[in-house]
Amino acid sequence: MREVAIAGVSMTDFGVSENTCVEMFCEAGIDALNKSKIEPKNIEALFVGNCLGDFEEGQSHIASHIHAALGLPMDSPAMRYENACATATIAVRQAALMVGAGVYDVVLAGGTERVAAMDTPLATRTFAMASNAGYSAPTGITFPGVFAMAAHMYADKYGIEIEELQKYMANVSVKNHYHASMNPKAQFQKEITVDKVLNSVMVADPLHFLDCCPFSDGASAVVIGTKQKVMEMTDKPVYIIGTGQAAGGPIINNPDMTRIKTREASVAQAYKEAGVKPSDIDLCELHDCFTIAEILAIECLGFYEFGKGYDAAQKGETRLGSKKTVINPSGGLKAKGHPIGATGAAQVTEIVEQLRGESGKRQVEGAKTGLVDTLGGEFGTVCNLILRSE
Amino acid sequence: MINQLSLNEYQKGLADEKLLGIHCKKCNQFSFHSSVVCKHCGSTELETKNFEAAGTIKTYTVIRVASDGFEAPFVVALVKTDSRIHVMGNLDIDPDSVGMELIGKRVSISSKKVNPDPYAKEVTHTLKFVLE
Ligand SMILES: [Zn+2]
Repeated sequence: MREVAIAGVSMTDFGVSENTCVEMFCEAGIDALNKSKIEPKNIEALFVGNCLGDFEEGQSHIASHIHAALGLPMDSPAMRYENACATATIAVRQAALMVGAGVYDVVLAGGTERVAAMDTPLATRTFAMASNAGYSAPTGITFPGVFAMAAHMYADKYGIEIEELQKYMANVSVKNHYHASMNPKAQFQKEITVDKVLNSVMVADPLHFLDCCPFSDGASAVVIGTKQKVMEMTDKPVYIIGTGQAAGGPIINNPDMTRIKTREASVAQAYKEAGVKPSDIDLCELHDCFTIAEILAIECLGFYEFGKGYDAAQKGETRLGSKKTVINPSGGLKAKGHPIGATGAAQVTEIVEQLRGESGKRQVEGAKTGLVDTLGGEFGTVCNLILRSE
Repeated sequence: MINQLSLNEYQKGLADEKLLGIHCKKCNQFSFHSSVVCKHCGSTELETKNFEAAGTIKTYTVIRVASDGFEAPFVVALVKTDSRIHVMGNLDIDPDSVGMELIGKRVSISSKKVNPDPYAKEVTHTLKFVLE
């Protein structure tokens, strides 16, 4: 495999947008190209993540329409990827693998999503479509419900009173809102308190409303190329030094819900390829779709032993300024927002800007190595990327 | 010979109060789903067989914000059956009366009609759990 690097990165503001999925991707895409000092005519392929455009805007086959709007050359192919909430990470990984394999030298990858174009019943229904339609969906399980079941199992397995775990989980939300208060692109740029989380309405016991990420619109795009090409586009290349991806199907294939086996399989590939270990990771953008999801992730990714990650946020160990791995300096899915088909590329954008020292008030000092972690469905897909600045 | 328990056959089983799973003749364990290989040992020597209609609650939640087609609140539970296959379904209980003490409790398993998709023409069943 050839060395693969990232040049320009960009994301739109996350929140509620009046622009279409195509328009949002173009906004991020052209900004990423400009930052890379490359013209659309020199992009050799387009890798677009998009989950629900069919339902949001009646728009399937979106990659071709984005390609046309961006003015890419006709002989550059355009592909759409869908792997639930891990969609854009997979688009980025597939792009990186194609460049590494020598198929293309410079490509554009990312994702776009406009969930707020749907009303809430349609949004919840289309989100639930990522669970197994024949077997899981008829139980009425929702994604908050999946992680709520994991939270109850975690409390039971490790002997933590559920009211105590709810406080520990609330601290994850408080920490991620604090980080987002310094992120001008974030959907929620205000701080919250543990009491506010615990007094918000219950969505799926034991998860409160403020344990859950929001519905969001947004897009993000990344220019990926060979080391040689990227050196021509930026004096701060960020290298993709390891990747991993795993698949697992429905939740009944992963009955110990405190251990997300797809994540363990995926990140093991990425650590091995990169030749690094969890303690080498300075910062991590991970899949905190719900607060318990961040606790499970920091354990599965190897930052904490199993059953020991629950109080990391409460102790300030995952917060900016910590000597340990800083988790979700962008504000995470919880506070930055979660436009599902764009999330992974926005995680990449955050890590790349951090490794370049361009993150302003939320800069992780001296960051050299970062990890991207994105989960899709009822634990059925996980994708990881390890990025390094030198 | 490939044995595949189709979703249609599984659903017809539920309508007749039969809990059908995929049983492996090699390792004697059950798999769920439209799987064409045993998920424990990879064997394709499979047969369709009833799994035990009783088990133990491993975890649960009360859904308070429901997807289109469902009326909250209701309880979803993950149950390890006595055939050692894990299944998900609805616990038939007052959702406001439940707590962590549910985990480890014994349940019997049957089925019930649901309507998860307002656009579907077929009747769908899911599993119903009742505390023993
Ligand atoms: Zn077997």
